Amino acid sequence: MSEDAVSPEEVRHVAALARIDLDEEEVDRFAAQFAEILGYFETLDSVPEVDRDAELTNVMRPDERREPLDREAALGNAPESEDGYFKGPNVS
Amino acid sequence: MSDAFITETEIAGAPDGPLAGRTVAVKDNISTAGVATTCGSATLADYVPPYDATVVERLKAAGATIVGKTNMDEFGMGTTTETSHFGPTDNPAAPGHVPGGSSGGSAAAVAAGEADLALGSDTGGSVRCPAAFCGVVGIKPTYGLVSRYGLVAYANSLEQIGPFARSVEEAAELLEVIAGPDERDATTRAPPDAGTSTDDRRGAERSTDGRGAAGASTDGRGDVGTSTADLRYADAADGDVDGLTVGVPTELVDGADEGVVETFRDAIGELEDRGATVEEVTLPSVEHAVEAYYVIAMSEASSNLARFDGVRYGTSGGYDGNWNESFARARKAGFGDEVKRRILLGTFALSAGYQEKYYGKAQDARAWVKADFDSALSDVDVIASPTMPVPPFELGEGLEDPLKLYLADANTVPVNLADLPAISVPAGETDGLPVGLQLVGPAFGERRLIRAASVLA
Repeated sequence: MSEDAVSPEEVRHVAALARIDLDEEEVDRFAAQFAEILGYFETLDSVPEVDRDAELTNVMRPDERREPLDREAALGNAPESEDGYFKGPNVS
Repeated sequence: MSDAFITETEIAGAPDGPLAGRTVAVKDNISTAGVATTCGSATLADYVPPYDATVVERLKAAGATIVGKTNMDEFGMGTTTETSHFGPTDNPAAPGHVPGGSSGGSAAAVAAGEADLALGSDTGGSVRCPAAFCGVVGIKPTYGLVSRYGLVAYANSLEQIGPFARSVEEAAELLEVIAGPDERDATTRAPPDAGTSTDDRRGAERSTDGRGAAGASTDGRGDVGTSTADLRYADAADGDVDGLTVGVPTELVDGADEGVVETFRDAIGELEDRGATVEEVTLPSVEHAVEAYYVIAMSEASSNLARFDGVRYGTSGGYDGNWNESFARARKAGFGDEVKRRILLGTFALSAGYQEKYYGKAQDARAWVKADFDSALSDVDVIASPTMPVPPFELGEGLEDPLKLYLADANTVPVNLADLPAISVPAGETDGLPVGLQLVGPAFGERRLIRAASVLA
């Protein structure tokens, strides 16, 4: 995706990276909208390089054992679980 | 049921406390144990959190009664509350118009008197925009003042939970309850230099009490249900702006609607009548704030929303085929248009070959915006502008043109990029539609903003 047009193939590629299925109608609509939005983002080209060193401090705490969420509560919202585990799709 | 709420409920708080007897509405992206928290999304329509957000624990400990979970743009992505899976919310202050977004339900609940107070979250204006559109007060705290633990993340380097109320003093009372460090959000911290740089105005000697933000514990290992910091805000709402310098950036006024500018100027006039002085300031970087904001927010969203794969919670993609196919089906079914758009654009902005061009340049712009505000706030005490450059849209007006809606965020997003506090306070009306005035202050300068805004509401 660059300066002007955004092709349907480019939208499909990004959608595959993001793991979102799209209808053909969505692909066409997003292609047109992305061309306009990315065209607007191009104006970032004129931003000068700026010193970005932020003053950051690490926040630490002692690594102490504490009670976790119990298993039943953790599984409570899962569409499916099995033997106390989340059930997911095949990884192959 | 009121269209301000996705779920109405009644969660009683402690019998005593600073908010005893008060009702509070909570945005539906803030976790409430045992009560559905949908983020306005189909994918979380049945999601019931097993724990409370820190701000919810603090509300309960303060004696508040939580009356419902409010409607919002899906995952906070919108300026109108119309991207909610659960339908739109009407604006009680301007029927037929949007309440603003993304925390539109929270602002509408307060404006309609359905709750005394409300919590929203502000990633790029999502508290201030609906406050302005509904004619109520909304505060976006300094990044790090309020815990985000239990807030479902959209763009975590930008967002803060903030209060709504019908008066500045009441909003400040709610801020007092939710503010302060939390060991479960490592980005929270105690306001530094209590009573000096964070207090009323630049000259600390003008402070009448000097206790503004004193006594904060940095140990953070106490009871997370109660703030460990002794933060005081409500007593700053005394309307004393004598000697305050208000900077007005031309960049945030020039492009605004004529009626909005007129109402804004009248409200600034009220501050002048009370002894404030007004001068022009310039923020040249804000010309790039909207594009920088959207690149950063979308990039963070593309990463944060990767968790919605339909396995641990949310709409399942089923078990046919491999996990890539299942997750892609789950996300197609679970997300609305605006969420898909932002995840895809964020994925693109972070993809090989484009990262420096978009994300890198957006970070440059963010640093530039911060430097600009720091510079302006070394000359003036607060920065004032219209909260929104336009009055509330009619329902349905902007949905088909995403870029038009993004541009409406021009005055609010710079504040999130700069990590600063801001307040939106009702300034009056134009053609019967509410207009908000936004005041921006230095980091942890909430007392100064509350003092100045309390002149108006």
